[in-house]
Amino acid sequence: MKLWTSLIIIAGMACLITAFPMGCSKRETPVDLGNREQILHRGIGSEPKDLDPHMVTGVTEFNIIIGLLEGLVSQNPKDMSPVPGVAENWEASTNGLTYTFHFRKNAKWSNGDPVTVHDFIFSFKRCLSPKLGAPYAYMLYCLKNAEAYNKGTITDFSRVGAKALDDYTLELDLASPTPYLLGLLAHHSWFPVHPPTLRKFGEEQPDSKWTKAGNFIGNGPFNLKSWEPDKQIVIEKSQTYWDKNIVRLKEIHFYPIGDHKSEERSFRAGQLHITETMPLDRIGYYRRQNSKSLRLDPYLGTYYYLINVKRPALNNVKVRQALAMAINRKNLTAYVTKGGETPAHFFTPPNTAGYTCSKGFTEDIEKAKQLLTEAGYPDGKGFPNIQLLYNTSDAHVRIAEAIQQMWKMNLNINIELINMEWKVYVAATDEGKYDIARAGWIGDYVDPNSFLDMWIKDRGNNRTGWSNKEYDRLLSEAAQTMDRDRRYGLFQQAEQILISEMPIIPLYFYRSKHLVNPAVQGWDPNILDIHPYKFVYLKP
Amino acid sequence: MLKFVARRLLQIVPVLLIVITITFFLIRLAPGGPFTDEKKYPPEVIECRNAYYGLNDSLPMQYLHYLGNVVKGNLGPCLQYRNRTVNEVIKETFPISFELGCWAMIYALALGLVFGIIAALRPNTLLDHIPMAAAMTGICLPAFVLGPLLILVFGLWLGLFNASGWEMATDRILPAITLGSVYAAYIARLSRSSMLEILPMDYIRTARAKGASELRVIVCHALKNAAIPVVSFLGPAFAGIVTGSFVVETIFQIPGMGKMFVTAAFNRDYFLLLGLIVFYAGLLVALNLIVDIVLVWLNPKIKIEA
Amino acid sequence: MKSSEIDATVSPVYTIEESFHDNAWQRLKMNRLAIVSLVFLILLSIICAIATWIAPYPYDLQNLAIGASSPSIRHWFGTDILGRDLLTRLLYGGQISLLVGLCATMVSLLIGVPYGMFSGYCGGKTDAFMMRIVDILYTLPFTILVIILMVVFGRNFLLLFAAIGAVEWLTMARIIRGDVLAVKEQTFIKAAVVLGLSQSRIIFRHILPNVLGTIIVYTTLTIPKVMLLEAFLSFLGLGVQPPMSSWGLLIRDGAEVMESHPWLLIFPGIIFSVTLFALNRLGDALRDALDPRFNKT
Repeated sequence: MKLWTSLIIIAGMACLITAFPMGCSKRETPVDLGNREQILHRGIGSEPKDLDPHMVTGVTEFNIIIGLLEGLVSQNPKDMSPVPGVAENWEASTNGLTYTFHFRKNAKWSNGDPVTVHDFIFSFKRCLSPKLGAPYAYMLYCLKNAEAYNKGTITDFSRVGAKALDDYTLELDLASPTPYLLGLLAHHSWFPVHPPTLRKFGEEQPDSKWTKAGNFIGNGPFNLKSWEPDKQIVIEKSQTYWDKNIVRLKEIHFYPIGDHKSEERSFRAGQLHITETMPLDRIGYYRRQNSKSLRLDPYLGTYYYLINVKRPALNNVKVRQALAMAINRKNLTAYVTKGGETPAHFFTPPNTAGYTCSKGFTEDIEKAKQLLTEAGYPDGKGFPNIQLLYNTSDAHVRIAEAIQQMWKMNLNINIELINMEWKVYVAATDEGKYDIARAGWIGDYVDPNSFLDMWIKDRGNNRTGWSNKEYDRLLSEAAQTMDRDRRYGLFQQAEQILISEMPIIPLYFYRSKHLVNPAVQGWDPNILDIHPYKFVYLKP
Repeated sequence: MLKFVARRLLQIVPVLLIVITITFFLIRLAPGGPFTDEKKYPPEVIECRNAYYGLNDSLPMQYLHYLGNVVKGNLGPCLQYRNRTVNEVIKETFPISFELGCWAMIYALALGLVFGIIAALRPNTLLDHIPMAAAMTGICLPAFVLGPLLILVFGLWLGLFNASGWEMATDRILPAITLGSVYAAYIARLSRSSMLEILPMDYIRTARAKGASELRVIVCHALKNAAIPVVSFLGPAFAGIVTGSFVVETIFQIPGMGKMFVTAAFNRDYFLLLGLIVFYAGLLVALNLIVDIVLVWLNPKIKIEA
Repeated sequence: MKSSEIDATVSPVYTIEESFHDNAWQRLKMNRLAIVSLVFLILLSIICAIATWIAPYPYDLQNLAIGASSPSIRHWFGTDILGRDLLTRLLYGGQISLLVGLCATMVSLLIGVPYGMFSGYCGGKTDAFMMRIVDILYTLPFTILVIILMVVFGRNFLLLFAAIGAVEWLTMARIIRGDVLAVKEQTFIKAAVVLGLSQSRIIFRHILPNVLGTIIVYTTLTIPKVMLLEAFLSFLGLGVQPPMSSWGLLIRDGAEVMESHPWLLIFPGIIFSVTLFALNRLGDALRDALDPRFNKT
């Protein structure tokens, strides 16, 4: 019996170890504490790859960088219109080719150095340097000779259209009128970096250590306080920022929580004020129980299917139109994606800088059947084996399964679903080894050009193999046009060509999905989902 | 003994060499490179980046270059997290995964052995069925089910733990249980089975006859021999627990090494993946050495040659 | 007193080989729970195998409007997010999971057991060499390997078994090897060697029965692991393709929505668990029945 007593004791201890914190009472959550101390806890989805404004490509990184750096102009958090940043005011020449920016004298780097025109010119030069290989260098191509410098055909940077008239006056000379220039300037590739810091840690190295906490010098409303990889990034209010009186938050803690479920649970546990996204199946719950926290807002992006127009059957425009028409997007968004997404019958998201495609295509199953018959596949007979490729993810699988079923029901054609791991999928679409593939596009800046320009012949992201001379002509004409109405008219014509030729099947326009604690103030919904932290504060 | 250990440690060198060679060429075969993305980089950017990291050289040259760096203890730069080196990543993440692994192992061993022994002492009774059912539950609840369940119950409903994070001491408990449960189940089942084989043996009867206490008989005599399959299992299991805790690290937001392993493979971060594998290989060989030593200690008649 | 002194006495091994298997079957039949498990497993396999004819709905029939609905008369186990009948999907998924579970485990057994036994029996340099090979295979990046396999050979089921078997035999080999190392030092094996019995006779007639318990237990543990691993391989694009599903995938999908639609986790979880319980009961009973010493207690 001695044995049993000892075993019971051991088992009892095991239970105790598991259960010892039972007695603890509910603690004050980080959110409660944050509300008192003006500390914002925000989920950012994934670990940032870097914080170098010229090197990063992701939204995650940008969401941190806008706290740390400030460009020539900033954006109004409500409507994304340009507001003064480092430049106090600016004027454009009447032909739209020359912009002059007047810097504020009190803009400072976090080590106290003044922010001058030379810092910006240094930054443009670095971003365009062929040695650095900045992925978004092309965002600066609207500057005169910038492309030539970036491609290495000219080596003299003074020929590039960025000139210091004096320490506080910058002149930008453009290659062509760029009506959306001020919107571009808010993009991180235009942000300044601190020249002495860059020189110290390596100016043109992609793996420069200047972005580590302790090394980072910025000019934004916040400073980089600490960076613990995969755990959290902390930025704190800057004491040198010119507009520091408006900044109310003391600190912002960013958490790279990649798993949507974990992030949502952390939100419920009071560990986060704001989540990066949310699990689709919980949207219903929040709609019913906690609609104050649920934020689903239009976002500048389109979810669509790419069609490889070189493949049999898909090379026939009627087949492409039939496929596009036979999808019930209302059901897709209402029952499958469930995030309040808008069905897409054209490609550029509605109201992109005031532009909305005037006439989308219509869903019409009868017409689709007829088109398929005309293409030589009556009632789906003889339709070749076509594969639908997507990268593995819950959302993509469900959408693909639903669409597979719709095509089967409506057109009587069988499509095979193929899922691939992310990089394999990207490589396959890149090399044109697909029939139909899922894709998504987020605008780089608020202008229809960001959506329509990519379908020009042989553009890197045009993986469909489709091209159209008239389309290319319309877009190049638009690039030279200053007048907004005429320009948008050209875009309208181009987009009509795109949706009648149908090298892509638009499915829906994205929504940004966040859970936001009601204590968070100044977090205005906008199409870019950008929220300048200087206007954000906490009021429980 | 010392000679044995030294010779076994020397074997790490050829093992590492083979592992590096195979892995180095294997990862280059996988489609997509470190700079492949949906929003395509301009070709000159990829060119420039490849040139900087020496990825434009011929593969054999890159291989030799890499070997040279490994000999110097430099595992190269990280391609996805640009401002970190592979050495830094391992230095930062390994202690965390190791700590988590240790907690999980302690939990798994304590629970598994106790359950296994109880079950073996009274086979085919309730005292056998209940612990074994509990063990099976551990296997039937994979980490991606158990973890969220534990968080929901103990984190959100009872409010005892954080839902994620690796800050406080209590943040260790739920991940360790989640990670350790499957291993506990394995240990319980393996130890039950081998205890059942050992207990009827004559030397156990002899020990009992000589009047040794029951606990002493079980722990000192029976368990020592019964633990052999468990110990063989523990070597690779521990290496796996340290490096393969991706799911648990993701659910609980723990900045460990398992996540790195997976993201490095998915991002085609050549150097990071290679570096982690080099590290993992060394760890595995070392752990298996420990396993062999323990095997000999448990049963001195076992002869293992290096 | 050291244990090594004690176990010098020869432990009893069965000697009447002829009647051993008959006895084992007799003992197995005595174990009611094991018989129930066996019957259950056979029934389940049959039901899954004939799912095409008995399932209430086609496995890919969607009903977006009802979406995820809880269990009802029309849908006993409820429906998934796309409104597909869960019971149907479980039956079809069972085909895949049972097949993968058994076949891949067999592959791992067929490689792992001989490898481990040989390594352990030979010992010495051979053992060291063979175990280092296992170490090397352990360290190769499985994800990358699978991706390459898939790209080179395309997706097919044989590949799935090969990929899973290729990783699962490693631990099996190590465990068996450890056991054999210990068993072969026991006196009765030494006696057999002295008696001049052939190597194969010693390995199969004397060593194998003594490590059989470990083999059976580890095999029953491998089956669930393999079923869940299959879900991961599907993630990489190898394995089942939607809209087809497997238990592993259903559990994974169910876990994603466990709070909002718990039945999507509970039913696959129950079926999976009951199957594993049955398998393990059967494994235990088999182990007990085959144990050369067990009939004594």
